Amino acid sequence: MRETMAIAKRELLGYFATPLAYVFIVIFLFTMGVFTFYIGNFYQNERAELTAFFGFHPWLYLFLIPAISMRLWAEERKAGTLELLLTLPIPLYAAVLGKFLAAWAFAGLALILTFPIWITVNYLGDPDNGVIFASYIGSFLMAGAFLAIGSCVSAMTSSQVIAFVVSVVVCFLFTVAGTPIVIDVVSTIFPLAIVNAISSFSFLTHFASITAGVIDLRDLIYFLSLIALFLFATAVLIDLRKAG
Amino acid sequence: MPHPVPPLQFRMIEIEGISKHFGPFRAVDGISLSVARGEVLGFLGPNGAGKSTTMKMITGFLAPSAGRISVCGFDVAQQPLEAQKRIGYLPEGAPAYHDMTPAQFLSFIAEVRGIDGEARERQIANAVKRTELASVLEQPIETLSKGFKRRVGLAQAILHDPPVLIMDEPTDGLDPNQKHTVRQLIREMASAKAIIVSTHILEEVEAMCTRAVIIDKGHLVADGPVVGRDVQFTVTRGGTQEAITAEAGRLDAVFRSLTTDEAAS
Repeated sequence: MRETMAIAKRELLGYFATPLAYVFIVIFLFTMGVFTFYIGNFYQNERAELTAFFGFHPWLYLFLIPAISMRLWAEERKAGTLELLLTLPIPLYAAVLGKFLAAWAFAGLALILTFPIWITVNYLGDPDNGVIFASYIGSFLMAGAFLAIGSCVSAMTSSQVIAFVVSVVVCFLFTVAGTPIVIDVVSTIFPLAIVNAISSFSFLTHFASITAGVIDLRDLIYFLSLIALFLFATAVLIDLRKAG
Repeated sequence: MPHPVPPLQFRMIEIEGISKHFGPFRAVDGISLSVARGEVLGFLGPNGAGKSTTMKMITGFLAPSAGRISVCGFDVAQQPLEAQKRIGYLPEGAPAYHDMTPAQFLSFIAEVRGIDGEARERQIANAVKRTELASVLEQPIETLSKGFKRRVGLAQAILHDPPVLIMDEPTDGLDPNQKHTVRQLIREMASAKAIIVSTHILEEVEAMCTRAVIIDKGHLVADGPVVGRDVQFTVTRGGTQEAITAEAGRLDAVFRSLTTDEAAS
């Protein structure tokens, strides 16, 4: 636990030591605003809800989250600090978890900073704050799932660009797993059971059910187990490197 | 004369027949050696001979393809964390987190190593003093000169006062004065530790080592104590052993004859 916290602290310090954190947060808030107000027609809808706002989260995360996760391991590998990190007496899980928690906390901070929109909608009308709260939880969990996938991809390469591009593609597949883009293709090849299994992996489906205002245990378990799975895969990939 | 084997309780690093294969390439091919407390072992050899790979295996960064390593009695493969607690390691190129200052970096290392409170202050101060880092403590590491970066790496390695020190080219890129300081530091620490240093500067062997080995193409070809300014090598070639003494200033000729096909001249 001590090691996990030490790693997480160092990572977070790293985000804020460079302009990265500030640039990211500004762009995150800016794009969230643009999408919600202009493309989502927040005002024209004249409804006291944040459905438009949350509806864009999966699509914005698709590009913004890999921008955080791409450096997690690729940068360490490139700079040679991976050798330093892995020869310190730290259990591997602590390094993987510490880095992930730092990235997740950072994404959480960016998400919390969107609070003015919550205030705005309460000022303009009388929204269901329970639904909004649930949606924030759902969005945070989804960000964690994106980050865990990104962590795993980053562990495979020393190039941050490759880590970014591959993460976007993998995250895209997870996002659209339940939509016709994927279903149409897989249903021509696989039997229905497999098609259903694949579509149940969709971020959109699980996120949509949370943003509807119901935090279902199944959706929680889905996101948390996805995070656990990809962090485990990250650890396996890092450990494989040992064998040369 | 084979090198005298130190008593068991003083052997801090024990390497038994380790090999490392990358695909068909044998980076390290059956190296055995042990290092006792009080020894400063110089790792010599051409680039690509397997020096760094051997160090990476001792410190648990790479897993050997065959053989076993123990550090202070702990098997590196079985109990890596126990072994790593007892090792200070300066990897090749002295990597460090460039966005941190040396003060933050050393504090992070201390925290990870579980050094708390008053002990943390004291041990960081001690490492800073020994590596003469005080003047740059609050500057980001990326802005430091090569010499200072190397010293940050050294400070990190000696911070927890480890019984075993592994240093991959600790003096590479330093100016003559800095080299002198680092050699002196290594000599000062020698009595209480088992130290392995790799170097391409053969004069460093007589300046700081008590023993030297030459590694070539993954094999350990020569091993011997430094006596005065001479290195009394036992050379193993083609299953036979012969004694070769590299006298002061002649080490490079012996090195060349052992690691190339040229005859010693």
